[in-house]
Amino acid sequence: MDGGWLLLAILFSSLGPGIAIFFLPEHRQGLRTALNLGGAGTKLALVGVLLAGVLRGDEYRFSLPLMPGIELVLAADALSLLFASLSAVLWFVTTVYAIGYLEGSPRRSRFFGFFSLCVSATVGIALSGNLITFLIFYEILTLATWPLVVHRGTPAALRAGRLYLAYTLTSGLVLFTAIVWLTLLAGAEGFTPGGYLDGLAETHATTLQVLFVLLMIGFGVKAALVPLHSWLPIAMVAPAPVSALLHAVAVVKAGAFGIIRVVNDVYGAELAIELGLTAGLLVVAAVTILYSSIQALRTDDLKQRLAFSTVSQVSYIILGVALAGPLGIIGGLVHLVHQGITKITLFFCAGNFAETLGIHRISELNGIGRRMPLTMLAFTLGALGMIGLPPLAGFVTKWHLGLGALESGMPWVLGVLVLSSLLNAAYFLPPVIRGWLGERREPWHEPLQAHAGPTRFETHWMLLFPVVFTAALGLLVGLFAGLGLSPLGWVSLIVQRDYSLPGFGL
Amino acid sequence: MSPPGAEWLPAGIAGLVGLSLAVAVLATAWPRQAHRIGLLGALAVTAWVLVLSAVFLNAGPDPETAATRVALGGWEAPLGLMLHLDGLSVTLLVLTAVVGLATSLYSLGYVHDRIERRQFWPLWLWLWAGLNMLFLSGDAFNLYITLEVVSLSAVALVAFTGTAAAVSGAVRYLLVNILGSLSFLMGVVLLFGEHGVLDLVLLEARTEAGPTERMAAVLMTAGLMLKAALFPLHVWLAPAHGSAPAPVSAVLSGLVVTGSFYLILRLWLGVFAPLATPAFGILVGLLGVGALVWGSLQALRAGRLKSIVAYSTVAQFGYLLVAFPLMLVDPGTWRVVVFFTVVHALAKASVFLAAGTLQHAAGHDRLADLGDVLRARPRMVFALGLAGVSLMGLPFTGGFIAKYLLLEAGLGTVLAGSVIGVLWVLAIAGGGLLAAAYVLRMVAPSFQRGRADAGETVSLWMDWVPLGLATVAALAGLAGTLTLNTLALTPGAP
Repeated sequence: MDGGWLLLAILFSSLGPGIAIFFLPEHRQGLRTALNLGGAGTKLALVGVLLAGVLRGDEYRFSLPLMPGIELVLAADALSLLFASLSAVLWFVTTVYAIGYLEGSPRRSRFFGFFSLCVSATVGIALSGNLITFLIFYEILTLATWPLVVHRGTPAALRAGRLYLAYTLTSGLVLFTAIVWLTLLAGAEGFTPGGYLDGLAETHATTLQVLFVLLMIGFGVKAALVPLHSWLPIAMVAPAPVSALLHAVAVVKAGAFGIIRVVNDVYGAELAIELGLTAGLLVVAAVTILYSSIQALRTDDLKQRLAFSTVSQVSYIILGVALAGPLGIIGGLVHLVHQGITKITLFFCAGNFAETLGIHRISELNGIGRRMPLTMLAFTLGALGMIGLPPLAGFVTKWHLGLGALESGMPWVLGVLVLSSLLNAAYFLPPVIRGWLGERREPWHEPLQAHAGPTRFETHWMLLFPVVFTAALGLLVGLFAGLGLSPLGWVSLIVQRDYSLPGFGL
Repeated sequence: MSPPGAEWLPAGIAGLVGLSLAVAVLATAWPRQAHRIGLLGALAVTAWVLVLSAVFLNAGPDPETAATRVALGGWEAPLGLMLHLDGLSVTLLVLTAVVGLATSLYSLGYVHDRIERRQFWPLWLWLWAGLNMLFLSGDAFNLYITLEVVSLSAVALVAFTGTAAAVSGAVRYLLVNILGSLSFLMGVVLLFGEHGVLDLVLLEARTEAGPTERMAAVLMTAGLMLKAALFPLHVWLAPAHGSAPAPVSAVLSGLVVTGSFYLILRLWLGVFAPLATPAFGILVGLLGVGALVWGSLQALRAGRLKSIVAYSTVAQFGYLLVAFPLMLVDPGTWRVVVFFTVVHALAKASVFLAAGTLQHAAGHDRLADLGDVLRARPRMVFALGLAGVSLMGLPFTGGFIAKYLLLEAGLGTVLAGSVIGVLWVLAIAGGGLLAAAYVLRMVAPSFQRGRADAGETVSLWMDWVPLGLATVAALAGLAGTLTLNTLALTPGAP
């Protein structure tokens, strides 16, 4: 159990405060904020320690027997740290944002309790050492997210919650069955770079193909692969911090991360190519990217447009993984981080518009750049990043995906990338243009100032700081992509260290 | 050389029977102090059971000879009465102690009327003593007697509030029990007439697949299925469990039904084992699928909170029937079945206790009008939700581990080439979705926007025990390996 305590401490740094918050009376605002920020800060620090350790080459592992022959395993490899540090950083920011966003609203103890449970589950997913552990945290995430989706308690929220559970629980059962089946066949192995199913490839090829489809259905609902995506745009009725959690920090990321684990660490890219599995996944990802971009064009609701954009952008990750060459994988993995940072910025901005000025629709954005310049600047950076303008984060992704497509001998993927970038521009530029160049004649409604008094900045500082921070982060990871500790540098390290793929050359 | 502690087991077993009987007798003789005697007794019995099981496990018995058998009064079988302790009995004794202690603590708050208290505690303590003796009995007649002790005290507990609904529920329950017991007794008589012994171990050695055994098996199993409310003999359960006071419902759904099921399992693992055929297994499995679907649909339609919970028991026991054909393929699956029963009992008891608190606070348990109280009592909602997650079989709870093992067994039969196994897998996996739907019905109103009104005040015990027990049900997930290993210490069983 070398260093296993560090992994447990990371898990409990949000679980402990979360459980404590549940029992806090509603009015203990100071203590609740202290617990929230204390937990988020501790987690960030501990993940930093772990990051340094893994970089040194230390091994971290914790295991607990669950059933005869089956263990709960937490382990830290470079890939799990990519996801863990992403969620730790974004959780901290989202916590600050959520405290500002929910100020004065009822039932905050319940909200922050489940909020912390969600993040604990996400970190659990990141640190899972085998499929069963992954499944356990994945299902906990499903359950812990539901109260957040229905938090507002309106009929629309409850409907979204029901739909969310119907999709995720059903896919969870498919996943559950597939994992039990796989474990019966191959034993409860831990994630192994390059996969651990080679021995079965000769005898059980068809079974492995069926299992792969089942696993993709299981993860595909959370990763919002078309046609399993419908819950995500409807779940946008949730409060903005929850959307951030769904779209950037936890839920869709968990699905995408599951697909990465299955392709790379369960099947292994070589076996997945051999069984023809990556080709199918590639097509699904390409269809998802294009279809949901078109859907995004058709809606005027800002959050809904962002939600369809998530569906499309998360599939870049899948696309990269399905290209199954080193450059493609780098593009996919790095987009896990880039999409998170960019999309959280955009959702924070949408939340700021809605909270400060009551603006929900793109057609109402005219002239908002003059009233809220910093937020609009952040939105612009996020939007341009999504489109893939150099030197922003999205460009780094698309560059590597494009190289990966050529490397794997699939130039048609380049076409998909170009087309989707054009579509991205088509649905992201209108809000930007309206915001900066549009004219607003009538005065703004000011719901925030109406109930909280005048603010020093363009909005509450706890709403403004996270937006500025994540927008700057999105700029920095693009500008300094060449440095060793940038997401790109780290992802290259993962691919170099763990996947000695055929034809590898950077 | 026997390992340390093993020599204390016979005294410990006899002592447990003596202690639980003594507590029950004292409470009956001294009704004014019944609740105090009851509380002390509950603590003492729980402690005794825990020590006994620790000694049993610590003795590290050999699986082949793990049973400790005690001849009462020095008369060996076939003449005397035998007490019998093995891994299966230890597991169920511990379950009974945990649920029993929680129910006792809860009842301190729930049963506060002085007259009701005098009636409740002696009956409940007799019920508990009966269960303890049931799990320790080693011969067919003794099993019948202890089963009667359990059933009659259960009937009286259903009736003790004296309301019209309670009495009519109790009368129906009584009739079912008498019918079940008579059927069981006739089976016992048939076996005794054929073989001249009642001791289960001796019977097992003598039975073969003859017509008498078949008849006895049908009679005894049908009687027990009626008592365990196994589909399609379940119709009495929802009215009886739904109308009983909350702690009684918890014990009925958690323990009493489990007791009858324990007997079915015991008999089919031992005496009737040669009679099980694949066709019979499939029939039982189909009944299980029926139970799952029918019970869940009823739970989805029921208008009262406690009815939902009661129908959920019908549905959840469907898993036990579905597991029957799996046991024919891999006999070791019976341990999974017992683990499932244990986890279900813990979760179901906590749901009933939480429902009782809500009913007490609101003055009714009509789901449609319960929103205000649910919104004001998040702790109860949490208990319902946590135990509900265990019923759905989702992590991180005991229910998840049980579901995993059941699914593993089901897929095992499919991989072994059984086509009908696909149906069992679908039932095991799909049952969780149905459970999620009816658990959501109980929990969702608390998330709806609306007025919050805590209703009547409830005692501290009623406020915290449901959550405590639900937490135990969730943490039972960590005890999976321990339970399965303990159950392996049951000689004779596969």
